[in-house]
Amino acid sequence: MNSRLGKIWLTAGYLFLYVPILTLIIFSFNESKMVTLWGGFSFKWYGVIIHDSEVVNGFFLSMKIALMTATASVVLGMFAAFAMVRYKSFFGRTTFFAHINAPLVVPEVITGLSLLLFFVMCERLIGMPERGIFTIWIGHTTFGLSYAAVVIQSRLLEMDKSLEEAAMDLGCKPFQVFYLVTLPMIAQSLMAAWLLTFTISLDDVVTTAFLSGPGSSTLPLVILSRARLGLDPTVNAIATITVAVVSVGVVAGSLWMSRQERRRAAEQAEAYREGMQAISA
Amino acid sequence: MATPPQLHNGKGTQDMADSVANSTAREDDSLFVRIDRLSKHFDEVAAVDNVSLDIKKGEIFALLGSSGCGKSTLLRMLAGFEMPSSGNIYLDGDDIAKMPPYERPINMMFQSYALFPHLTVWENVAFGLKRDGMPKDQIAERVETTLGIVKLKPYAKRKPHQLSGGQQQRVALARCLAKRPKLLLLDEPLGALDRKLREETQFELVNIIKSVGVTCAMVTHDQEEAMIMADRIAVMQEGRFLQVGPPSEIYETPSCVFVAGFIGDVNLFKGKVIVDEPDHVLIETPECRHFVTHGITGMIDMQVNIALRPEKICLQSHEPTLEQRESPKEQGYNVARGTIDGIAYFGKFTLFHVRLESGMVIKASRENSARHEETQLVRGQQIYVWWDGSDVVVLAN
Repeated sequence: MNSRLGKIWLTAGYLFLYVPILTLIIFSFNESKMVTLWGGFSFKWYGVIIHDSEVVNGFFLSMKIALMTATASVVLGMFAAFAMVRYKSFFGRTTFFAHINAPLVVPEVITGLSLLLFFVMCERLIGMPERGIFTIWIGHTTFGLSYAAVVIQSRLLEMDKSLEEAAMDLGCKPFQVFYLVTLPMIAQSLMAAWLLTFTISLDDVVTTAFLSGPGSSTLPLVILSRARLGLDPTVNAIATITVAVVSVGVVAGSLWMSRQERRRAAEQAEAYREGMQAISA
Repeated sequence: MATPPQLHNGKGTQDMADSVANSTAREDDSLFVRIDRLSKHFDEVAAVDNVSLDIKKGEIFALLGSSGCGKSTLLRMLAGFEMPSSGNIYLDGDDIAKMPPYERPINMMFQSYALFPHLTVWENVAFGLKRDGMPKDQIAERVETTLGIVKLKPYAKRKPHQLSGGQQQRVALARCLAKRPKLLLLDEPLGALDRKLREETQFELVNIIKSVGVTCAMVTHDQEEAMIMADRIAVMQEGRFLQVGPPSEIYETPSCVFVAGFIGDVNLFKGKVIVDEPDHVLIETPECRHFVTHGITGMIDMQVNIALRPEKICLQSHEPTLEQRESPKEQGYNVARGTIDGIAYFGKFTLFHVRLESGMVIKASRENSARHEETQLVRGQQIYVWWDGSDVVVLAN
């Protein structure tokens, strides 16, 4: 009885989450211009968006900003994480710690608005920067680096510190320790942080809306403005492509990771068995 | 009252240390590693407190103590991961106390082994050699030889996670030995191994180290491990050495109550000196009167502890006869009556808990050298325990 109730709840939950997305995908293949009325199957809207320069430009701008943001966030986040994990006492550590984590809790509207005011003031005083790709990049990186720092920090914390000591013991100078041992050890978390900040930047609306200038509309901004003017199935088509790309990426990634994990576990078990046989022999 | 000679109470070694010039130390093997009045303070707390020590060339030396006694800090100062607050460390005549770890001719095997998981066994062993800028063909040769020593040649291409615990440990050892260090440091070398693997590994480790001839300092909290592996042991407590000496010396003539209790089982009788003669002293304890024959002397009424190892005690159902005694003078001393409170059979020996008439419970062990003991002792049985006057150690409070 109880388990049946559980199943019903679970199904209801999944339906709640996925029915909207499913409808969105189905209606992207709608022949009719109406978003809610089925008018037959067609790839029409996919053809339309390819030739829609606003969408295409927005897409490439978003990709460009996401790439720049992810790279800058990982580099800065790595240094920040390193400072917090490896150096237990330096002047202003608590303040530094708070500043790294602040963008995670401060509402984005505040971050966006304050950055906008700051850039406007700068522009008035020194004539730059002009609002556009550069300011969006700065804005995204301010919170991107916080996410990156958190991800990298947790990996650094669980890393066996004696690995670095061993490297030093074997003749590595501090910088060699970093790129020969620490970097390969945290490489996976750097990748994870990069992907995370890439995604966050790609679909950010709030900060971007504050910081974009004329001619620098990212894809989310384009979608938003179109939705405001009245929905049309091009938005559905864009969304469907995005969902497809993301789900293929996620499924492939997790399959690959679980296979690695299984192989590693099998190898460990094999090594243990061998060791045990060696004792009893 | 003479306690066994304390080698490292500071006085004698300090005077010598003052006169050590770099040149004289180089010649003398007994001064291969010289730790001179070394201290390490963490926020006013002394983790290592004015410690001096010499380690001979080719010796395996163990720092033994419970956690927080400063043994690890001392080892880490030898490796260069901690900078001493004061004092010097000489290795083969050179002062290395302020040298960074990557310049010291010292290598350490970590408790977790700290093998680089992204490198193969071969690459792990070659890691340190590459840092030294050794030519490639020489590296290959050195790695091959070293892997041969630890019998891991067939595993060269594996990653660390594809090895068993014992094999991982040998890779860690090979990685150290490949660099031909002047001093090898072992941090709890068997701490990460299964119990079953330990015994086998202990001997193997000692054999490899001895065959290579490298001087070795190890840290352990396991007294058995220290006794089996080390040529000499330093028992540490609160940042100081309580006693330094070969395992047998530390076991048979502990310098204080703590050492006696830390190394092996011990029965402690508390009492006072009542007679002091040139050839013996008599000590009164609630359990019995002790006739101690070896060369000690003490003031009358002095409070002392008598330490007696379980295996030195004889158990029998009747009073010891004159013939059984070491000397006739001991008759009537060093004997007590009691009841068997518990019997634990360990295979090679049996441990008896005997409740003496004073209420004290002592441990006495008897070797099971024959398959069937002719006189079977049972729980609740009234028996006599006795021992020789030369087998006890008298310790001051």
